[in-house]
Amino acid sequence: MVDSQVVLNGQTIAYTCYAIAIILVMGWFGYKITRSGKSSKISHALFYSFTGFLVVLGVSLHIVTYNTIPWAPMDINRDDIKPDKVFNITVEDHQFILPSEKLIINVGDKALFDVTSNDLTYGFGLFRNDNSMLFQMQVVPGHRNDILWQFNKSGVYTIRSTEYSGPKGAQMILKDVVEVTAK
Amino acid sequence: MSFKNAFMNGEQGLFKPASLTPMQKLILRFVVIGLIYYGFAVIEGMIMRIYQIEPIKAISDFQYFTLLTAHPLVGIIGSTYSLVFGAFLFLVPFLMKKPLWSFKLGNWTFLLVTIGTLTFWLAGFISHYAPLYTLYWPLPADFSQFNPVGGSIFIIGIALVMVGTVFFVINIFKTIAYTPEGWEKQPGGALLASAIGYSGLRNLFRKKKEQVKHLVSLPVAAIARGTVDTALNAGVLLFTGVLILVYMIAHLLGGDLKDTAIDALLYKNWFWWGLDLIADGLVLIFVAGTWYLLATMITGKKLFMQNIARAALLVELVVSWTVWSHHLLSDQAQPGFLKIISGEMVTAFELITQGLAFYITLATLWSARPLKMSNELKFLLGGLLGFALAVPAGIMQADIGLNRILHNTQWIIGPHVHVAILIGLTMTLYSAVYILFPIVTNGAKLYSQKLANFHFWAHLIGGIGMGAFMGMAGLEGMLRRTIYLNGEFNLYMILAGICGALLLLAFLAFFYNIVMSLGLKGVIGIFTPSKLNVKDLVPSEQK
Repeated sequence: MVDSQVVLNGQTIAYTCYAIAIILVMGWFGYKITRSGKSSKISHALFYSFTGFLVVLGVSLHIVTYNTIPWAPMDINRDDIKPDKVFNITVEDHQFILPSEKLIINVGDKALFDVTSNDLTYGFGLFRNDNSMLFQMQVVPGHRNDILWQFNKSGVYTIRSTEYSGPKGAQMILKDVVEVTAK
Repeated sequence: MSFKNAFMNGEQGLFKPASLTPMQKLILRFVVIGLIYYGFAVIEGMIMRIYQIEPIKAISDFQYFTLLTAHPLVGIIGSTYSLVFGAFLFLVPFLMKKPLWSFKLGNWTFLLVTIGTLTFWLAGFISHYAPLYTLYWPLPADFSQFNPVGGSIFIIGIALVMVGTVFFVINIFKTIAYTPEGWEKQPGGALLASAIGYSGLRNLFRKKKEQVKHLVSLPVAAIARGTVDTALNAGVLLFTGVLILVYMIAHLLGGDLKDTAIDALLYKNWFWWGLDLIADGLVLIFVAGTWYLLATMITGKKLFMQNIARAALLVELVVSWTVWSHHLLSDQAQPGFLKIISGEMVTAFELITQGLAFYITLATLWSARPLKMSNELKFLLGGLLGFALAVPAGIMQADIGLNRILHNTQWIIGPHVHVAILIGLTMTLYSAVYILFPIVTNGAKLYSQKLANFHFWAHLIGGIGMGAFMGMAGLEGMLRRTIYLNGEFNLYMILAGICGALLLLAFLAFFYNIVMSLGLKGVIGIFTPSKLNVKDLVPSEQK
């Protein structure tokens, strides 16, 4: 499975290019409307083309991401996929309670993290050593909160709550407790 | 003119509070209070920016999260609601050429929003009640972390604002529909049908010669449709407030209620449905309507593709009722069909509706070139740019795949929320303030154009820059709603802090410019009663 950092890099490039382009367009527009032009008539065809472009863009974005981001279809269909490992984790009183001191996963494994909250709404995220995020989900009390993830690289990850659960929950961090190792 | 004279009497002594009608005074009161609360939000934001670089020892974790709770509420409810309500209570009668239905109710809206905001702000400040604006159940009723007395006062403050909001809603719809004294009987039902878009919708299914005319102008239609969402939102927040209050009062009386009686996911759906009526409903609809109004006022021309603009506003209204699930894409128990249909597909429609509003406004401006680059025009262009940046950022995160690695990071709150509010919404509101300033002050003159220019550039660069650096930190994993103790993202946070300081300077320049334009006596005069007729929007000699 492609690493989430690769997807983030792609998004960074795409959005940066767009942001620079739209800032330049607005700058150009601001300059041009203060000048007399040959024609001030706006073509209706251009308007309808723009509308069509927005429709295509809005619909195609999700189709493209669904077919290129591997965890998206895996997430939707996770009930039909058999995980290689299952970790049942409980959260209570602003503490993560793990099934073992370290969660060991083999490279290539699909691991299911099934997290239950006994009191508040929390978050559950895995983070790399450079603090970047691998993935996250919400942990809602009274409901099943499970996420399936395939680990294709060895590494060590930190668990951190990604949702605010009051000031007591600001440092819900378990450092380096997930280890992904080669078989 | 000497500094002292300008400070006391305003630029060239042109502002005469005694010449103002009660309606002009009311809108100016809304503006002054809105700007003061904006100042609260900016200062709170700046304190948090510094805290993100290096936690301030004098401020505890609890106080930090109190600021984080108060900051968006004071910014949106205290400031934006005041500015928007004031402007629309003036503009709807102004555009319909009839008096406001009830001046008293308008005054009550002002008082309740002002007092309610101060109440919840003080309650949070003193008691450290900090469940954030999201209030995820059962956090607002977690009495191991929060004081129920402070929490009750906090919720009562929010409730006061919502009651004021309900009064605003009644006043707007009544003003559209009622028949003023001495007027020929107005078709109230038909006016309301036109305002909310029902008659326009029926026209789509009628033959051309049977189609009915639009009875209200497009900006009034936009205000009416945004007000529908404002009403629904007030209902949701009031209901939620009462629910939380019941738990607090029960706790204070010594009988704790089971928090499991409320389903946390259902609550989250309910609350986000209501909350999103602000973010994706009234903000986008009000903003589109304001863009249309500003474009026509600046150019003196008719709006480009007016019928499409009306239809898009109606689509946006329906979209705003069905998009909430994009906030729950990381909630694994949320049904998949809601994630895909509401969270992804319907949300993508906002790209279309807001894109159309963007294009229609630009086309209207283009059709009138050459235009003078006035303050209202440059701030309008800034507002358009803000939404052009923030809406696509929001569409990207409203994707099942991308949300997995973006949810609750600084990306959400930076390039999407702060750019939308600070650049898109606030610059649109500033444009409205600049264009309405001579109308509501009976011709007062701006003290300094240089300060207005500085306000524009500092706000634009500060807002976009802060959003961009927060976004970069978010893409590298920095979460929102937490504290980093070891300077993990310091480079981005220092840069975002510098941009935040620019925003603060921009606000101070604007505030100073307004005070010097009106003068201290003038600002005080706004809060004294007017002797003119409450039915007059502007003095009768100006009509």
